[in-house]
Amino acid sequence: MSDALVFHFDVDGENFTSAGQASTQVKKNLRQLGLPPDIIRRVSIAMYEGEINMVIHADGGTADVSVTEDCVEIVLKDSGPGIPNVEQAMQEGFSTATDSIRSLGFGAGMGLPNMKRYTDSMEIDTEIGVGTTITMRVNL
Amino acid sequence: MKVSELQAHGFQPISLPDGDREIDGVYIGDLLSWVMGRAQMDNAWITIMTNVNVIAVASLADTSCVILAEGVELPQELVETAQQKGINVLSSAKPIYETAVQLAGLVS
Repeated sequence: MSDALVFHFDVDGENFTSAGQASTQVKKNLRQLGLPPDIIRRVSIAMYEGEINMVIHADGGTADVSVTEDCVEIVLKDSGPGIPNVEQAMQEGFSTATDSIRSLGFGAGMGLPNMKRYTDSMEIDTEIGVGTTITMRVNL
Repeated sequence: MKVSELQAHGFQPISLPDGDREIDGVYIGDLLSWVMGRAQMDNAWITIMTNVNVIAVASLADTSCVILAEGVELPQELVETAQQKGINVLSSAKPIYETAVQLAGLVS
């Protein structure tokens, strides 16, 4: 089996308007690799939601995407406040985003549910005061 | 129908870099995560949101075009962003409901 293709991105926590640059770049890269449009769409949306979450809640973080013969794996890592109640955060409609975030069209409480919806597996590793790492896989 | 054909029905083109794209269905929404969770690829997406994240969502969710209803205007820098990213954006002076009704008669 050939080595995985790996892409690394730093997600800027200060710049809300540039959120999505990493996912847009990944979309381009996956397109160049010739992956099916539906796979690209699922990876892009799941990653964008994760990026937005890192910007809103964790002052940014890092995103690592690797492509193997079997799957696309996205690892999002931040040093934010952690998620106190993951089960609650996974419920559609639950959100702790501020009004200013909502005025931009976010904060619908759909971020984590969408990430789960569009991927084949998602693991959340979170610790209060330390940070959160989310690993998602989309099978090829 | 093709996105560019909407111009003949009163929709004003704001950014039309990929006008030959086919429209398949319509989705309406302003909550961006909701749109990403529910809109289908190739949908025409009707919204009144006009920030930069709308362009990103249209790109990532792979909608055929964004239709700004109620005559809302896209800031000039976002027109350029939409063109650079290949995102079709049109506007309708009509309210959302009337815009949707009109599209229902055009898009199968």
